[in-house]
Amino acid sequence: MRLEPIANPGLARRLGFPALALALTVVVASGLALLAGAEPFATIGLIVQGAAGSKFAALETLNRATPLIFTGLAVAVAFRARLWNIGAEAQLYGGAIVTVLLGTGAIGLPQPLLLALMALAAMLAGALILLGPVVLKTRLGVDEVVTTLLINFIMLLAVSYLLEGPLKDPAGMGWPKSAALIAEARLPRIATGLRLHWGFALALLAAGAVWLIETRTSLGYEMRAVGLNPQAARFAGIAVGAVLVKTALMSGGLAALAGFSEVAGLKGHLSLDLSPGFGYTGIIVAMLALLHPLAVVPSALFVAAVFVGSDSMSRAAGVPTYIADMLLALALLFMVLALLLARVRVVRG
Amino acid sequence: MSAVFDILLQASFWAAAVRIASPLIFATMGELICERAGVLNLGIEGIMVIGAFAGWMATYQGAGLWGGVAVAMAAGMLFGLLHAVLVVPFGLSQHVVGLGITLLATSTSYFAYRLILPEVTSPPRIEPFGTLPLPYLADIPLLGPALFAQTALTYAAFGVAAVVALVLYRTPLGLALRAVGENPAAVAAQGLSVTGLRMGAVIVGSGLMAVGGAFLTLSAFSSFFFEMVNGRGWICIALVVFGAWKPGKAVLGALLFAAFDALQVRLQQTPLGALVPYQVFLMLPYVLSILALIAMSRRAEVPAALMVPFMKGER
Repeated sequence: MRLEPIANPGLARRLGFPALALALTVVVASGLALLAGAEPFATIGLIVQGAAGSKFAALETLNRATPLIFTGLAVAVAFRARLWNIGAEAQLYGGAIVTVLLGTGAIGLPQPLLLALMALAAMLAGALILLGPVVLKTRLGVDEVVTTLLINFIMLLAVSYLLEGPLKDPAGMGWPKSAALIAEARLPRIATGLRLHWGFALALLAAGAVWLIETRTSLGYEMRAVGLNPQAARFAGIAVGAVLVKTALMSGGLAALAGFSEVAGLKGHLSLDLSPGFGYTGIIVAMLALLHPLAVVPSALFVAAVFVGSDSMSRAAGVPTYIADMLLALALLFMVLALLLARVRVVRG
Repeated sequence: MSAVFDILLQASFWAAAVRIASPLIFATMGELICERAGVLNLGIEGIMVIGAFAGWMATYQGAGLWGGVAVAMAAGMLFGLLHAVLVVPFGLSQHVVGLGITLLATSTSYFAYRLILPEVTSPPRIEPFGTLPLPYLADIPLLGPALFAQTALTYAAFGVAAVVALVLYRTPLGLALRAVGENPAAVAAQGLSVTGLRMGAVIVGSGLMAVGGAFLTLSAFSSFFFEMVNGRGWICIALVVFGAWKPGKAVLGALLFAAFDALQVRLQQTPLGALVPYQVFLMLPYVLSILALIAMSRRAEVPAALMVPFMKGER
């Protein structure tokens, strides 16, 4: 078989294949529900209901989407420049550690100033964590996929050490968790009585800012050029190494904001279960958004809805909650294939 | 320092090193075959998980230990086929698809585990492969227990590495495989199928990765735990680079790596272990992998067509 590019794919083709990919994912979901002895339509209904069926469910989905917007943006920014940052998980924890270091009473500042300082310091930490692998890539040609992946494991062990040692909450009854943030270091709720914190608004702001940088600045242009063809970009006089370093600083900083927002907005302390893989899930969020920063927001909402809805469905219908990860992985694989088929034709020979 | 020497003189230390190296050798050989044919397989981590799960579950259901190995291999090959179809004929991003395969294989294992054993709090154990001391050879001091008193699956790991080296360097198939990773257009000009060679390499390689995973449940821990693969797949990718894409060097790398791992476990029991937090010891394997990548960066002989999709009629 051979792939033949289509010069001007029609709208039906460009929308039809992605729609087919989502439909296939739903078909597989039904099959998995049947396997688990549940009724397919009821199961999918329960997922939708659990994700958006009540005010509580919808707010839960928004809360879950918040860190995913940050990590999705982090991945989208990096992948667009073909910088394979698979280390958002480590950068997230880096941001969370700094948030706890500054937010548990070490510094006394008015709330807005303290929060701004914490957010900036967290971003710096995340940026520095990604800087190492990127410098190794640009200077020595060390593949960043493996180094960023390995750093995730190192970082989790570092957090484990900190939570059993220097950062351990003396009043924590032996649980490995940090002390609670002081009141001034907490991100307030958007409205009183509403279980949604300002981290969500910050995430939307970040998406807008990334979009502006990518479309309206010369750095954004250079990042795209490097991603499309590094050799051509170098030939055009773009300092590829410097662009990759700037991309890394942005990507690492964005991922770290996920950690800041989860600690200061949602949990109020650091523990080892702060992130159930938000860094890895960010890759799915970014890919489903076609690496477009504004599309990361609906993509993160969709992914969060699948997780929150599956949790709730699992309690009611008894289908294992891991169905969410399976469906998202399949959606990712179907979608990348659909996006290819939207612009090429498969021919014999 | 004397604590280190004491450890190095223990036969049990060397036996542990060879044991720890075994799953890494299977999976590293699997990744090496894929990469020599020009395909990066980031599905390795998840394929090891599905291998660990499928092998254990099949054995638990009565398929026997070798039956478990076969089922694990088949499961790995199935996910390898999926990876191969998406990245070889369709030429999709090997990074994105590989990570997707890892996520899919991992979540499929966990989903199936909960489906089959919904109420279980601690996973059931199976009777694992026992040690199979080779007559006379196992009695050699120090070396005997390390090399010749292992389980059948460990002997198989070294056998597989030898076969991979033999096929790669001594057969026409191996020549074609290596060529397809360096210059696919030349292979196509010879009338051979680039797609077929690459897909075959990915499928067989994935099968080996899954057997590496199955080693964990069938020969090492005798049960299946969530997150038991714990980054071993990523370490194997580093080992392929460290071994400069050569089977012999990769095996040496795996043994060296495993020796350090066995050493750090034993050092935790010494006075040093009381001074240094245990997490630092646990970090060593990952730090070591990164250092290995840095050390080899200048000398690495990357297959020229690694990660470059081949499309007929394009140049």
